[in-house]
Amino acid sequence: MMSLPVMKAEGLTKIYGIGCPVCRESTGPGYETNICRECGAVVACGDISFELYPDEVLGIVGESGSGKSTLVKLLYFDSEATHGAIYINDSADNVLSLSPFQKRRIRNSRMGMVYQNPHYGLRMEVTSGGNISERLIMAGWRNIAAMRARASYLLRKTEIPVLRIDEPPANFSGGEQQRVQISKALSNNPSILFLDEVTTGLDLSVQARVLDLIRALQSNLHLSVIVVSHDLGVIRLLTTRTMVMKYGRVVESGLTDQILEDPQHHYTQLLVSSQL
Amino acid sequence: MKLDNYMKRKESRQKAVEYNFAFLDESAKKEIRRKILKAVAVPGYQVPFASRELPIAKGWGTGGLQITLSIIGSGDVLKVIDQGCDGSVNAVNIKKFIGRVTGVKTTTVTREATIIQTRHRIPEERMSEDQILVLQVPFPEALRMVEPSELETRRMHGEADYSRMWLYLYEDIVRYSEISIGARYPVTVNGRYIMDPSPIPRWDIPKLNMADTIYIFGAGREKRIYAVPPHTKVEPLEFEDFKFRVEDFTGAACRRCGSADTFLDEIIDEVSGRRIYQCSDTGQCDLSNGKIS
Repeated sequence: MMSLPVMKAEGLTKIYGIGCPVCRESTGPGYETNICRECGAVVACGDISFELYPDEVLGIVGESGSGKSTLVKLLYFDSEATHGAIYINDSADNVLSLSPFQKRRIRNSRMGMVYQNPHYGLRMEVTSGGNISERLIMAGWRNIAAMRARASYLLRKTEIPVLRIDEPPANFSGGEQQRVQISKALSNNPSILFLDEVTTGLDLSVQARVLDLIRALQSNLHLSVIVVSHDLGVIRLLTTRTMVMKYGRVVESGLTDQILEDPQHHYTQLLVSSQL
Repeated sequence: MKLDNYMKRKESRQKAVEYNFAFLDESAKKEIRRKILKAVAVPGYQVPFASRELPIAKGWGTGGLQITLSIIGSGDVLKVIDQGCDGSVNAVNIKKFIGRVTGVKTTTVTREATIIQTRHRIPEERMSEDQILVLQVPFPEALRMVEPSELETRRMHGEADYSRMWLYLYEDIVRYSEISIGARYPVTVNGRYIMDPSPIPRWDIPKLNMADTIYIFGAGREKRIYAVPPHTKVEPLEFEDFKFRVEDFTGAACRRCGSADTFLDEIIDEVSGRRIYQCSDTGQCDLSNGKIS
């Protein structure tokens, strides 16, 4: 673990609502709420700091409404953080202070995102080849043949028949849509991949194939991955380190094995013991 | 000819009320000229302006008309064309109106004109740096076909976020092995803004690039002015392995003047039912036909 982090977050906070000086002190697991008692604002994420290292898979686990997805949205610039800083590749510049144009460039060249709902990540009426090419176009590709070659390569990697390159994802099954989304996320060789509940809503055999695929891609392409899930099975299978979130805060973090075998925080204990 | 009668009646009343030169009041012209200067300073950027009421309805060339009225002087020579034609109703009416409120000379010969107002064509003859081409624009937003929201298209222009426009072209090529945009082919101006060149055919797009002439675009209904200054790079959107191309008239020639190197209108001859071709630019056709010397 002597290598430098690919991504570092410091004090990331997202408050929905007006916000007041006591918002952050009056919420969190200690108060069993994320709604500020003074102003009624919702502290979706509060003071979250972590480091993500090369080739590492970091899990974020927690119940619905604990702030997992909000955190990933902040990291992917889908929503704007209220406070905090993100540093990428050991650079001293807080990327959150950059212009939308620069943020989009970083997002497009360094990051990939797979949403729980493929409708967010894909344009359903555009062909799957076009969906993958969109990110390539953003990166300045202007050669149709080269873009199609890249799209075919990625579709093969994600086990979608290349014949379907000119078909819109609207015609695909849920598992296939998820795999097209993964292809799109990987199109620009990102170094960081965000997976937000990617297997939720898929049936078990399809889940297993998607998880296998992610594991294979991660080790072949040396990706740093952040996996958000409420499913401890997914966390156990994919991740090496895990953060447990509750009421917008990280209540426990450490090696996945340790957390699942010997949970310290009472919420984590509850989470582990309530697994089917 | 209601306007004519109206003006005559005015004159008979010993010029009790007079129109300002070029119809618009001076403050309106000043505002439009200021917006034109901004448009020239930021090539391809759509500058909002306060579109005035005119004696013709919005959507019938009021954008181009307001520009022409704001920049015209008594020494100018005016030509007005509609899809290349000097004689079409819209062109004739606009020409008569401007002639009446300014008293300038009018012409159908491109090289004699100092200001040419046009709808959907650029004259065939290369224009000089002493001339101004004013284009009437129905839809100034090139990104509208991929994004319905004005707020969003403005953001896209601001951040040069044009991937969706390119994606649209990619999809077209995948679906039809061809880019299906005929007129209004999107162009990049000065390496920055994507611009709608108004519904000119592809044939005219190369004329915008590194021209000697200034092109000023006016959309009266949509209240936008934009411009391509002289010697500005204007590039149609194209892929490395799928190049932009203009309309192909191989084997066709104008039935009047016989030219095979101009943009041709395709007409079905009602008697014989055959396809015939004729120059779209009537001024140019008349010249080569010897009708005007």
